[in-house]
Amino acid sequence: MKINDVILQTVTKIVVFIILTFGVELFISGHHDPGGGFSGGLVLASALLLLYMTYDIETVHKGIPFDFKKIAGLGVFLAIAGSMVPMLFNEMFLTQKKGEFQLPIFGATELSMELLFEAGVALTVVGVVVTILLTISEDVN
Amino acid sequence: MTNVLVLPLLVPLLTAVVLIFFRESLVIQRLLSVLAAAGSAAAGIYLLLRVQSEGIVRLDFGGWEPPYGILFVGDSFALLLVSAASVVTALILIFAFSTIGERFEKMYVYPLMLFLLAGVNGSFLTGDIFNLFVCFEVMLLASYALLVLGGRKVQLQEAFTYVTINVLASWFFLLGIAYLYGAAGTLNMAHLAVRVADSGHDPILTVISLIFLIVFSLKAGLLLYFWLPGSYSAPPAAVAALFGALLTKVGIYAMIRLFTLVFTGAPGLTGSIIAVMAGLTLIGGSIGALSSRDIRQIISYNVVIAVGFILVGLAAGNEAALSGSIYYVLHDMVVKAMLFLAGGLMITLTGKTKIGEMSGLLRNYPALGWLFFAAMLSLTGIPPFSGFIGKVLLGEGLIGAEMYVLLTLAFASSLFVLYSLLRIFLNCFMGESIIGPEEQTPLRKRTLLPVAILGVLTLAIGIGADWLAPFVNDAAAGLADPNVYIEAVLGSGGTADR
Repeated sequence: MKINDVILQTVTKIVVFIILTFGVELFISGHHDPGGGFSGGLVLASALLLLYMTYDIETVHKGIPFDFKKIAGLGVFLAIAGSMVPMLFNEMFLTQKKGEFQLPIFGATELSMELLFEAGVALTVVGVVVTILLTISEDVN
Repeated sequence: MTNVLVLPLLVPLLTAVVLIFFRESLVIQRLLSVLAAAGSAAAGIYLLLRVQSEGIVRLDFGGWEPPYGILFVGDSFALLLVSAASVVTALILIFAFSTIGERFEKMYVYPLMLFLLAGVNGSFLTGDIFNLFVCFEVMLLASYALLVLGGRKVQLQEAFTYVTINVLASWFFLLGIAYLYGAAGTLNMAHLAVRVADSGHDPILTVISLIFLIVFSLKAGLLLYFWLPGSYSAPPAAVAALFGALLTKVGIYAMIRLFTLVFTGAPGLTGSIIAVMAGLTLIGGSIGALSSRDIRQIISYNVVIAVGFILVGLAAGNEAALSGSIYYVLHDMVVKAMLFLAGGLMITLTGKTKIGEMSGLLRNYPALGWLFFAAMLSLTGIPPFSGFIGKVLLGEGLIGAEMYVLLTLAFASSLFVLYSLLRIFLNCFMGESIIGPEEQTPLRKRTLLPVAILGVLTLAIGIGADWLAPFVNDAAAGLADPNVYIEAVLGSGGTADR
């Protein structure tokens, strides 16, 4: 039996962008306010989850042809390698530095080394959550 | 401050992550994984030598000074275990190359083994009790995956018990940490030691220490070992060897560390509870080892006996007994790995698992037979193998502490170890050979090589006990006098502002 999900599909097309934007916002605000890589990553993953639920796995996979296990791996690599950078300058492992940079659109922006670590966390969360969900759905089939 | 201190955790972790991207390339997988384990061993040994001249080293992550930040502390005890664990893992990896099969290799078996090593090394090195919990979880998650890898029915069955028990224990661990933070207001282990001593050993802290005792007993298999023999005999030989050599040792380490550093105040209570538990473990393990007919079960029960034996030293608590325990932990890592690998080889070569089903293997595989024999002698404590020195020191310590019942139990258990393994040797290696030379499964040299190296190591630890003595004595002295550790972390002035 085919369910009529026109409304769901139409709403999803718009809502996914709102969720993704909110995820990025959470991720960036994380340095000083509540948020950060973990919660940002979870929100990003929930957008992907919505896509997978509305359309089927094959359709989404055509649009986003990534192996999410590798994305999780890339995230952990980024977090560890980023934390190792201070070791090259004879600083302690995990030492964080920050600075002000003039960026083209954003103007004067404070950038911190932690961004790298948090990006790693976000990617890991997205990768792991999607991998878990896909594994469970494979089981059902 | 030295960044080398984080390498035993970081090198396996980073390599494991990199290996995820090289799933198809077995050459890179094998090469990098063994290099990572060797690299972490090298870092451990380098630091061990450095600690002898400089004293305890520490690394404050991100420059946050204790007690506020998380830190790694390298003393002789932790670094000896880190070095031994990494060397043993490297050898088990080499064994896995020729035995575990391509299906496992493509299912991330090497990254998982490295994750496990990273968790184990992190647990040894950390100086923060919450970080200890995290490292435990890293290790356990890897072990869950390794246990079910392959997906045979018995593995899934055993994994169910194993995961349930460990999740429960981890929950208690977390609960204990929360209580401890509520009562003492800190999570840094050295700071905890100071606060607990200052409080005059508040009864509430004794209760919390009992929660930790239960948690680590579950993880180490002290008395609460009912989950152990089953789950250690389910996975393939290389994985079982990794479990048998490393996992219980982390629980043992945590128990020794916590009860010599933080909860030292109520030795009358916790000391005697540990003594009773260790005694019962020795009895139960011996009964188990004698009653099973499955080779893997017998070997797993030998792990249980060793846990009881090592923690008898903690119960006695004096320096001689503790150094005996340290020798014995090192010895046991090496020789348990050897025993699990040799037992696993017997099973893969014959396709049988029970004692009565094989016979006369010595004619088919003489080298394997004599290596098994050497492991047996070493576990029993016959000189010049490595078990001897640990048993002698433990005996001295127990006589010093006037614990004669435990002494009797500990040494009687050696006889049961000997009997249970001799039964395997006599039944499986001696007697009429049932497999003809033509039809026997060939045993390749490179499969046997890691077992032989482990054999050489156990001999070397026994003969080179003198050479190892300064490190072990330093480690035991550090355990007997927690102030050394506390001063290294908080500084000599740090104890002033409590």
